[in-house]
This record gives sequence, C-alpha cells and structure tokens, in this order.
Amino acid sequence: MMLRLNRMLRIGVWAVLTAILATAFAEAKTFRWANEGDANSMDPYARQETFLLLMDMSFYEPLIRRSREMKLEPGLATEWARVEPTVWRFKLRQGVKFHDGTPFTADDVVFSYDRATHPGSNVASPLATVKEVKKVDDLTVDLVTDGPDPILPFNLPTIAIMSKKWCEEHNATRAADITKGEESYATRNENGTGPFMLKERQPDVKTVLVKNPNWWGLKDQPIELDEVVFNRIENASTRVSALLSGELDMVYTVPPQDTDRISKTQGMKIWKTPELRTIFLGMDQNRDELLESNIKGKNPFKDKRVRQAFYQAIDEEAIAAKVMRGFARPSALMVGPGVNGYDAKLDKRSPHDPAAAKKLLAEAGYPNGFEVGFDCPNDRYVNDEAICQAVVAMLARIGVKANLLAQTRAKYFAKINAPGYNTSFYMLGWTPGTYDALDALKALAGTRGGKEGVFNSGGYSNPQLDQLNKNIQVELDSEKRNEMIGQALSLLRDDFAYIPLHQQVVVWATRDNVDLAQTGDNFFQLRYVKLK
Amino acid sequence: MLGFIIRRLFQAVLVMLVVALIAFALFNFVGDPVNNMVGQDTSLADRERLRQELGLNDSFMVQFARFVGHAVQGEFGLSYQQARPVGQIILEKLPATLELSFAAATLALSLGVPMGIYTGLRRNSWGAQLLLGVSLIGVSLPTFLIGILLILIFAVWLGWLPSFGRGVVVHFGWWSSGLVTIEGWRAIILPSVTLALFQMTLIMRLVRAEMIEVLRTDYIKFARARGLTDRAVNFGHALKNTLVPVITITGLQLGSIIAFAIITETVFQWPGMGLMFIQAVTFADIPVMAAYLVLVGFFFVVINLVVDLLYYVVDPRLRIERAANV
Repeated sequence: MMLRLNRMLRIGVWAVLTAILATAFAEAKTFRWANEGDANSMDPYARQETFLLLMDMSFYEPLIRRSREMKLEPGLATEWARVEPTVWRFKLRQGVKFHDGTPFTADDVVFSYDRATHPGSNVASPLATVKEVKKVDDLTVDLVTDGPDPILPFNLPTIAIMSKKWCEEHNATRAADITKGEESYATRNENGTGPFMLKERQPDVKTVLVKNPNWWGLKDQPIELDEVVFNRIENASTRVSALLSGELDMVYTVPPQDTDRISKTQGMKIWKTPELRTIFLGMDQNRDELLESNIKGKNPFKDKRVRQAFYQAIDEEAIAAKVMRGFARPSALMVGPGVNGYDAKLDKRSPHDPAAAKKLLAEAGYPNGFEVGFDCPNDRYVNDEAICQAVVAMLARIGVKANLLAQTRAKYFAKINAPGYNTSFYMLGWTPGTYDALDALKALAGTRGGKEGVFNSGGYSNPQLDQLNKNIQVELDSEKRNEMIGQALSLLRDDFAYIPLHQQVVVWATRDNVDLAQTGDNFFQLRYVKLK
Repeated sequence: MLGFIIRRLFQAVLVMLVVALIAFALFNFVGDPVNNMVGQDTSLADRERLRQELGLNDSFMVQFARFVGHAVQGEFGLSYQQARPVGQIILEKLPATLELSFAAATLALSLGVPMGIYTGLRRNSWGAQLLLGVSLIGVSLPTFLIGILLILIFAVWLGWLPSFGRGVVVHFGWWSSGLVTIEGWRAIILPSVTLALFQMTLIMRLVRAEMIEVLRTDYIKFARARGLTDRAVNFGHALKNTLVPVITITGLQLGSIIAFAIITETVFQWPGMGLMFIQAVTFADIPVMAAYLVLVGFFFVVINLVVDLLYYVVDPRLRIERAANV
C-alpha cells in the first residue's frame, strides 16, 4: 500500500513537472535556422549582399520595404510622391522608436543616407542619382536627384535607417572601413527600429535575435517568434542532417541533390520559387582577336552567325532537366519573371538544333569549328561547373572545342571582370539589384567605358541599345517605359548578344510546421515566419 | 638545457618568417578579395581605390615586409571578410581547436596504446585479429566520410548527439570552453572520435610493431631468464623502450591534428581555426590566412621542442650524452 502511494506520488510529481516544462516550451517560440555563410557584419552598409542585408534588415528597416509579393510597401515612410521632376518627398512614420528608445526623425534619414554614400559604405550605388537629402520638417524628407529618376523608390528597400544619436555616441558615423584597421562598434551591435533585436552575436557561429515588443508594426502584423537562433553550417550534408535530426527548423541554402532526400522524409517540406537571377553565357565581341582561341587575326564572335550557332548548339532543356534536376527555368531573356519589365510574350528561346548550328558555323567560315577558352566559376552558382561541362560536351558536337577553366569565385571574377575582361567565353549570373530590367540592361549590355557596361565582360556594344537605355532612364510613363524595356530585351535576344540559360530556383527546406514567405529575390524575411 | 631551448625558439622565429614568405608568394594566386568585399554595383574606380588602399597592387615582397613589420608589433590587421581584428578572431577560434585536438589526442593515446600492447603481446588471439582488421577502416576511410557516417547514425537515425557546433560554451576570460556543460560534452564526442580514429589506429599499429620488435631483443630474454614477472617484463622493460618512437610520432601527429583538423571542423561546423582557414581561403581573406599559417608554423616548432624534451625524460642515455657534451 505504502509502495503504491509512493509510486502514485512520484507519477503525480512527474506529470506536474512535464506539464510545466511543456507550457514553458510552448510559450517561448524559438525558430532555429542555418545557412552556409554568415552575415559578415551587423552594419547594414557593410556589403551589398543578399544574405547580409536580409539578416541586418530584421532589426533595421528601410523607408520603403518589400512585401511578401516583392511589392513596395510603406516601411519607415508612410507615403511618398514626386513633387517636382527631380524631387521625391517622403512622409515619415510617426511614433517610431529605435531599440534604445530614441525617437525616429527626419534627422536620422538625412544622417543615414549621408553615411550610406560615404567611404566605407558599400551600398552607395542605389543612391547614385541622389544629389541632396533635405529635411523639410521632423517627419518629412526630400530627396533631390540630379535628373528625373522615376524608379528611385525601387532603390530604397536595401538602405537601412540608422540612429544618428547612436552612431555618434559610438563613434560609428562612418561605415566600417576595412582600410582604417579598427573594428567599428556597428559591426557587432545594432540599434534599428525593426521587429527583432540582436541578443547575442558570435561571428561565424551563432546569432540570436529576440522579438522587439515595441515594434510599430505589431498591431497590423503580429510577430509569432520570440527568439530566432541562426547558425552557420557550411557543409551542405551537415546542414541537411541537422534539419533531418530536428536540430533546425529551416535550412536556407539547399543543394538540388539533397532535395529528394528531404522531401521524402516525413515532417519536412521543400520550398521553391524561380529566382530573379538569370544565368547566361557571354562571348567576347570586343577584341579583334580572341585571347584564347586557335583563330588568329579575327574574332569569330563578332559574327552573329557564330553566336547563334553556339546558342542553338546548347540544349538548355537538357541542362535544366538533368544538371539542375528541374530546379531551373529556361529563359530566352536576360531577366526573368518578377523583374519589372519582364514580358512573357518575348520569352521564346530559339530551338536547340545542332544541325542548323553546324550549318551556321560553316557559313561563317568555320566548317570544322574552332577552339576557344571557356571561363566558369565552381562555387558561385548552383551546379555552375556541371553546367559548363555540359556546355563543353554540347559544343563538341558542332566541332567547337571549348577549353574549360573552372575555378573558385575569387580567381574567376578577377579574371573575367573589369578592368581586364580577360576572357573569350564565360558564364555569369545576374540579379538586377533594383528588381528592374534597366539595371541588367545597363550593367550587362551598355557600351563599356562610362558608367554603364561594368559587367559587360564580352564588350557588346550597340548604339541602338544605348539610346534605348537613355530613354528608359528618364521615361516617366511606366507603360511606355516597359514597352522600351521589351524592345531592348528583344534586341539582345535577336542579336544573340548573350546566350541566356535559365533562372535558378530558390530552394529552402523547413519542418512542415513552419510557414513563411518565399520570394524570388531569396530575401528571407523573418517577420513572416509562423510556427504551427 | 636553457641554451637548447633558446636556440629552438630562435629557430621558431626563422620558421615563421619562412612560412610567411612562402605564404605571401602564394597569395598572388588566391584571387581578388575585392570582388568579394564590394557589391555588384560598386564602380570600377571604387574597386581600384580599395585595392590600392589595401596594398594589393604592391609586389609580394612589399606586402610581406609590411606584414612582418606589423606582426612584430602584434598587429595582424583586419579580416577582409569580417572587418574585425585578425588577432581577436584567432583568439576566439583557438580554444575550440585546442579542446577538440586534445580531446582527440587523449582518446587516441588512451585507446591506441593499450590496444597496441594487447595486439603486440597476444599476437594470434582472436581479439587482436579483430582489432587489426577494424583498424584498417580507421587508416583507409577518409575523415569526411567517417564524419558524415557518424552524423547519419548518431544524429539523424538515433538522435542521440548533435550534428554540428560546440553545444553550450562558457567563457572564462578570453577562453571559451565547451567542457563544463553537458551539451558541450555531447557535442565534442562525434568530432573528436572522427579526428582520433586515424591517429588511434596509427598509434596502435606503431606500438604493436615496436612491442614485437622489442620483445625479440636479448635484454627481454635475460629479463625473463632472471625470473621477472610478465608484468615487469612487458610494462617495465618492453613498453618503456617502445615509447621513444611513439612519442615522436604522437608529437608530430598532435601538430597535424591541430593544423589539419580542417576537414573534421568543416564536417561538424566546429567553430575552430581550421574552419576559419577554409572560409578565409574561399574569400581570399589574406590577413587571416597569413596569421593562421604563421601560427601553425609556431605550433609545430613548439611541439617539436616539447617532444625533444620528453626524450630526456624517457631515455636516460640521452641525458648522459648531453651532459658529457655540455
């Protein structure tokens, strides 16, 4: 009898204890996730890089932010309008406080945009057209541009607003400048206005965020997570294992080859959507003689027929299906869906046709093909080297011998990018930073030399396209503007200026109790995460 | 003795200088860090300015001289990747690597030596054959495969142990330790076993071979003839004489455990120096790479010094000869 009582008592105590523990866990909702890289700085101006920005933007906020459909929506500015052709006016949100309690005012905007455009900052380019930032009153700011800039608001979601007072107090009025030799306070601390606050930061290991209970947006958008733990796990197999073993709720970068294993595991979920990044091949059309080729005295790529032959020799459908395992969307244009200016009607690839390609090559005077160097990264894009190997095999069928040089990104970009552009044939990927096609048209296809064409490693130059770019830049009517973008994209397509391959697919994996908003810009926003 | 140590420390400086020189000669081939540091929209002029300010346009001799000049003042610059002082980053990572290395070395020694003795003494026993057979796996399977297998079994299938990280660490001054929490102990098991496996089998095979060798010598026969117990013969005489080569190899291996824990650290996301080095290489983070390589050079010299000193302890003959020379 005594024994049984004792046992019942023990069971009772256990039950109470587990109940207490269970409620304690149920109340604090922690979201654990991992990526192959870390956000290298908590300073939102340190680098123009998606992962750094998405992490830093969970505690900092821009004037205009993007919604779960990638549309612009009010952030720290409640409304904006162009009051003169060169003046954009922003009304700021009232009653917003930074995490340290300082009220947010127009002074912070003036200070932040100034900080963002000075040395040390790497996010100056979105504000390139801004000549002056003027405080009108405490909650109104004017941005004066050096010419009409109809798409200025598209540039603002990547520029966080920092606190003037905080930066001054901590001697961080300039973004971390690596050449100065000192660590900036803002590299490991934050003081934003956003939905989360930084609780713990171990660079390269772990970053812990907690919910900001005073966030201005809570009444419209309750934040479910109390705590967010981010881990860096570089090795893909380990990352996926940690998800499968229940140590993580989400993995941000998932290699295509692991998706099968995850989706077959019960309780796991794969999230995918086409990315804004377009992967393409470029050809040197600038030099009179190719750097790496057996054809001397002339440049075969100056002949449109050769470019078309290369295009038609490559079987993109096969690449998408086999190399990318279906995680790619074949593209005929240099921008994909989700980018402003993209037009599905124009997105028709020329057919894969090795026979026609061989004929074109013969007509151009290369019946037996030729040899050309082929530059490729091996750690930048999804399965980049494998794609290039497939291309080499496909070109071999029309007699072209492409000598593949696949190397790590630091070496690869140093070779093919400015100022040398030391390549004859190369692979590159591009996401328009503004989510607008003009960015790609200018950076990839504008004539080199001036501000445009910085990433035009093939040196494509077409006065017609340059003129279109100029007109698009200042056109205020969005319908006319999109029509001109369509003309420019078609021009590049019909001229075979590039060989667009595909848009990658953004792949994330979670446990199936997680709900989130996945967008094609790969910009993961913690504020949309819900745990069921 | 003191002179010997001072001479060795002098050599250490020389080794570190040579390592740094070779490292800077190689940095010409790691690629351009600037592209990783700036955004895709950064203008060419800004890129060139940054390259100039970081001194990347200088010849490697100039870069090397500048590095040495700063290094003697204890100044290793800022990491390109993290914009934080390199010395601080290394200090953060050092405890993780040292704890893992010493855990692995302890494991390898405490299991490898007894296993070696056992297989040496009971050469034909069933157990010895089994150990030798299994040890082939340790010698021949690559570390990353063993690591992934262990993760699959103990983290994914059984769910007993964590698959990555150090668990919960506690800070004592600048030292962070995972060995004072249960989570920390749980986390170190898989990586230290992975790292120890190769060393353990190596030590086992070495001790076994040496034991067999020594047991054949005359003085063992005489010891037996004198009627000493098996225990005294095997452990007092035979084992002691096998230790000199074992110490040499173990010392050298400890150096390589610290320096080449890279793969194990990558597989288990163990936040140590090996992982830091790999990340620095992919980013072309020259200040971090330089400081790491020099530090590893220093470790090797120090470990060799300790090994040399241990010879004196173990082998009385050395003590006598050295005394005669001095």
